[in-house]
Amino acid sequence: MDIFAIIVAALFADNFVLSRFLGICPFLGVSKKVNSAVGMGIAVTAVMVITCAVCYPLYVYLLVPLGLEYLEILVFILVIASLVQILEMVLKKFSPGLYSAMGIYLPLVTTNCAILGVAELVIGTVAENTEGAFHMVDVIFGHRVNMWYAYSYGSAVVSGLFYGIGFTLAIVLLAGLRQKADKLHVAKALKGFPITMLAACFMAMAFYVFTLV
Amino acid sequence: MKLQRFKEIALDGTVRQNPTFRLVLGTCPTLALTTAAISCLGMGAAVTFVLICSNIIISLLRNIIPDKVRIPCFIVIIATFVTLVRMFMEAFLPDLYDVLGLFLPLIVVNCIILGRAESFASHNPVLDSACDGLFMGLGFTCAITLMAIVREVLGSGKLFGITLWEGFSIAFFANQAGAFLTFALFIAIFNVCYNAVERKLKHRAAHKAVEAENKAAAEEA
Repeated sequence: MDIFAIIVAALFADNFVLSRFLGICPFLGVSKKVNSAVGMGIAVTAVMVITCAVCYPLYVYLLVPLGLEYLEILVFILVIASLVQILEMVLKKFSPGLYSAMGIYLPLVTTNCAILGVAELVIGTVAENTEGAFHMVDVIFGHRVNMWYAYSYGSAVVSGLFYGIGFTLAIVLLAGLRQKADKLHVAKALKGFPITMLAACFMAMAFYVFTLV
Repeated sequence: MKLQRFKEIALDGTVRQNPTFRLVLGTCPTLALTTAAISCLGMGAAVTFVLICSNIIISLLRNIIPDKVRIPCFIVIIATFVTLVRMFMEAFLPDLYDVLGLFLPLIVVNCIILGRAESFASHNPVLDSACDGLFMGLGFTCAITLMAIVREVLGSGKLFGITLWEGFSIAFFANQAGAFLTFALFIAIFNVCYNAVERKLKHRAAHKAVEAENKAAAEEA
C-alpha cells in the first residue's frame, strides 16, 4: 500500500478516534487539560509503534506457520501488557524526567482499545478481508503455507506511528475545546460527559469531510 | 444469597450503575455498533457471556491471584473467553461475526469487563459475581439496543433490519457525528430521569419515616 495514502488515511479520513471509535475511553477521560492530553497521546503513539513492530513478526513467523491464528488475541494482549510494563521500567531507570511526565498514562495504555485495535487491524486476521491484501506462499518450518497480508512490515510500523499521531491530534484538539467549554455555563444535565461528547460530535463532523475527498 | 442482595445487584447493574449511561464505560462498541439494533443484541450477548464467565472464574481465583499481577491475570482470563466467543461466532453465526468485525476481539479491552473484575468479582463470592455479570451485561445490552433503535430508525428508516418508511433516512444519525450526538443526549436524558426518580423515592422514604414517627408518638400518647 502506498505510504502516503496510509499517512493521510491514518491522520484524517480513518482517524482512530473520530471515525473508527477506538480509544474513546482515554479520549473522554484524559482530555481535561492539553498537557495531559499530549502526554497520553505520546504514550499511545510510542506503544502503538512498538506493538506493531513486535507483533508483526510474532504473528507472521510464529502464529501463522504453526496454524495458531486463533491465539492472536491472547498473544497480542500479552505482548501489549508486557511491553507497557517494560517501557515503564526502562523509562523509570533511564529517563526519570520523561517518566514523571508520561509514567502515569502508561498503565492506562494497556487497556486502550486503540492499541489492540491497531494490532488486530494491521496484523491480525481481520486484515485478511480488507481490500488490497496480497497473497503469498511461503515455506516456513518445512511447511508450505498460504498467507494473506494487508501490510508489509514497513507499512505496518508506519501505519502504527501515524494512527498514534492521529489519536494524539484528536485528543489534543478535544482537550483544547474542553478547556474553553469548562468556562461556559451549560445546562446541568449536559455537564460532564454529554457536553464533551457534543464537542466530539462537532469534531467528528469536521473530520467526516476528509472521507468525502 | 439473600433476596435483598439479589435485588440490589440487579438494580445496580441495570439502572443505578448502568455501565453505559451512568459509568460511561465500554464506549467504543456503543458508538460504533449502534447503527443496527440486531448487531447490538449480538454484541450485548457476547459481552454478557464473557462478563458472567470471567466474573465467575475471577471470583473463584480471588484468593489465589497475587495482588501485584492481578491485571495481567484478569486480562488473560478475559481473553480466553473472548477467543471462545469469537471461534463460536465464526463457526455458527458468520453474518454477525462479519458485522461485529474488529469489535469482537476488542471485547478483551472493554472497560466494563475489566472494571467489574477489579471492583466486584475480585472481592465477592461466586454467586454474587455471576449475578453482577449477568445484570451488568443486561444493562449494557439494553442501553446499546435502545440507542441503536433510535439511530437505526432515524438514520436508515429501518428497525431490526425491517424497513419502516421507504426512502426515509437522515444520514447524519448513521455516521460518526450522529453517534456522538445520540450518545450525549441519551446520557443527559437518562441522568435527568434518574435524578428525578431518585429525588421522588427519597422524598417518599422521608415521608414514610415521618409518618412512622408520628404513629409511634401517637401510640405512646
